[in-house]
Amino acid sequence: MTRRLSVDVAIIGGGLVGSSAALAMRKAGLSVALIDKGYCGAQASGVNYGGVRRQGRPPEQLPLSQRAHRIWSQLGAMIGMEAEYVRSGHLKLARTEKDFAKLEAYAETVRNYGLGLELVAGSALSKRFPWLSAQAVGASLCPEDGHANPRLVAPAFARTAERAGATVLELTPVRAVAATGSGFAILAGDDIEIRCRQLVNSAGAWSDHFAAQFGEPAPLTRIYPSMVVTEPLPLRLPMSMGEQGGSFYGRQVARGNYVMGGGRGLPLADPDFSRPSVKAASSVMQRAIALFPHLADAQVIRFWSGTEAEMPDGNPVIGPSETTSGLFHAFGFCGAGFQTAPAVGEVLAELVTLGRTTTPIQAFSIGRFRKVAVETAASL
Amino acid sequence: MSEPLSPVVVGAGPAGIRAAERLVRAGLRPIVLDEGQRAGGQIYRRPLVEDGRSYRGRYGSEAGKAQRLHQAFEALLPQIDYRPETLVWNISHSERGNQLDILSAGVHRQVDFSHLILCTGATDRVLPFPGWTVPGAYTLGASQTALKAQGCTVGDRVVFMGSGPLLYLVAWQYMRAGARVQAVLDTAPLASKRHLLALAVHAPRIVALGVFYGLQLQLAGVKIRYGVRPEAVLGTSQVEGLRYRRRTPAGEVVESIACDALAYGFALRAETQLADLAGCRFHFDERDRVWLPERDVLGRTSRPDVYIAGDGSGIAGADAAEISGELAAMALLEDAGRASADVARLVAARNRILRQRDILEQAFPFPADWFETVPAETTLCRCEEITVAEVRRTIASGSITEINRLKALSRVGMGRCQGRMCSAGAAELLSGACGVTADKVGRLRAQAPVKPIPLNFGGGKPEAWS
Repeated sequence: MTRRLSVDVAIIGGGLVGSSAALAMRKAGLSVALIDKGYCGAQASGVNYGGVRRQGRPPEQLPLSQRAHRIWSQLGAMIGMEAEYVRSGHLKLARTEKDFAKLEAYAETVRNYGLGLELVAGSALSKRFPWLSAQAVGASLCPEDGHANPRLVAPAFARTAERAGATVLELTPVRAVAATGSGFAILAGDDIEIRCRQLVNSAGAWSDHFAAQFGEPAPLTRIYPSMVVTEPLPLRLPMSMGEQGGSFYGRQVARGNYVMGGGRGLPLADPDFSRPSVKAASSVMQRAIALFPHLADAQVIRFWSGTEAEMPDGNPVIGPSETTSGLFHAFGFCGAGFQTAPAVGEVLAELVTLGRTTTPIQAFSIGRFRKVAVETAASL
Repeated sequence: MSEPLSPVVVGAGPAGIRAAERLVRAGLRPIVLDEGQRAGGQIYRRPLVEDGRSYRGRYGSEAGKAQRLHQAFEALLPQIDYRPETLVWNISHSERGNQLDILSAGVHRQVDFSHLILCTGATDRVLPFPGWTVPGAYTLGASQTALKAQGCTVGDRVVFMGSGPLLYLVAWQYMRAGARVQAVLDTAPLASKRHLLALAVHAPRIVALGVFYGLQLQLAGVKIRYGVRPEAVLGTSQVEGLRYRRRTPAGEVVESIACDALAYGFALRAETQLADLAGCRFHFDERDRVWLPERDVLGRTSRPDVYIAGDGSGIAGADAAEISGELAAMALLEDAGRASADVARLVAARNRILRQRDILEQAFPFPADWFETVPAETTLCRCEEITVAEVRRTIASGSITEINRLKALSRVGMGRCQGRMCSAGAAELLSGACGVTADKVGRLRAQAPVKPIPLNFGGGKPEAWS
């Protein structure tokens, strides 16, 4: 029998963006349906590295990132679990003097955003971080950045939204969606019809499909992280690590495993699935031993990958559709959406209720790609 | 002349050896990769150091088969590229084609293949109960391995518990080896043994051997109990005994028995991770309540260059493994246009064994009530130290209906064994909680490495060997 739902807002995609938007919208008193083709938080939101990091983001992302930083501090109260979130600090290493100069330049650029970056170089490095080998010439520390367990956070947001009254539809692929004049009509799963006044497209790597249906092509490409996990080891690495250039990142989780990544995985025949590449994993493993000599005898027990969405300019798409009133996009977080997503949820709730947001998001407009497309066409 | 073939056989047990032998007979020189130190597989495992025991002493009724298989392998050695102590931990693609990622003496290499025959065998199926991780508690297979390969027993006073034909065989072997077998505790009810009568018509030798082991154990005064459910291992730092329940005509009774080692297992489970990493399609096997790679009668998988044989494609025992190894190689040769042979006789022989196996399994039924009777405090996942209670709680609080989701939210199957030990129990708990059959909760997706590999595995530079 057909199930009919009528809600204020339907959200396609139950990742951390969609789940946190559903919760924020319930708090604003809207009725919400959160729809996912699989399970909430099972794609990029669940398979990412788990870095809760502001450092290294381009300046235009920092207001959003700072807003998220405040939300993360309330995580436990908000979703009923800490999800292994710790403000451990994020230490970004420079392998060369040239890289260190880049870290210095970045610190200068973002000086007014309140990240509290500390630059450490030379002999001070090993004094301050004795667990690190002499493989770096300097580093930039963001003391209040940290990490969390990505597998737990988005599902907890979705469950909290559900408890707050959102209708959460998992294993429910959206088969058709169309504007109706007064809102949208959605056919989902086998027999669910949803009517809504407003629609959020937060379908991650599948978002371009929905944007295109509203005449808004989005130049999204899929990327696949390549992650390596060691066996649980005595707790020794106190902070989340990165490197200028991004070829290595790593953290030690509460259980004791080192979770490390770098490079890219490869899609399988079905591009919704992927595997880490042995080449990328080997490079991560080699770098791990160079950086942390105490890992020389460690065992790797697991690789993982997943599907994330990347935009050509490294920034996400967040904001209203330029073709369809009542439609909002939030996708393409380029492998770095985990930290900002809870703020994106709040921004989306502001957009659907007020039509505006206090957080600057102009740089994330979907229209920027239409302009590029027009200019490219004109130059031909 | 057609393209040169570079077939690789993974596993040097009964299936792998017969597969390699058939390829050699067709003029090929296969690479044979095996995790073991010596060829023979689990069932015909050979000692690392000769200990003076005869084939008869080591392999009992199966001595002739063991000896023939070992001799066949020795004869093959000059004609194959044999790599013992080699772990195949991944299957990957590159511009160059298909590769296996292998680990040998701590060094990572990649091996190209045109065709792959997976003969990855089986391990004990474990269903946890309180105390199963206490030192002194071994699986049936491990207990037998200790005896065959190292000539030692896992204890002096040993209790055997669980289900499957290995239960009586290993107990009998232990008795012969001089261990004091304290009891054989069969989780199957006595009534299930009536299926052995039906089996006797088709396979009198198997039944005669089983009856012989049972009778000899009984004559020696070994206590045999049916319809047993383990309650707990006694002892915390070392096995001191086992407490169990059993149904009697007078109702259920709880009994304890002292021992210094426990050997337990609930039949076997196929090792299928490499088939999964190869991208082979799987189907759910109702009899063994497990997902297996799809295969045709010869061992072709859904992937045209990957074949599968032996217990890794479904539990059927060593005799079937030898036949299926040969059949898989014949299918490969036919598909590569090298030879076509008459497979009818071998297929019929294997089918006969499969039919017998179906009957045999009925005499050792799976304890389907495990999921609801296993105590909450039991450690389900020993790698990640997760209890049955935690798993049940995660299932309930997350409305979980799928096994990979359960893994993501509970860590079950995320540890060193990658679910090889705990996934059977996890699937039973999940399907039980959801009130569905085990096939409805999905299949735990395999991830490389299939077993742990050193972080420092050779500088990270895979070198292809020529």
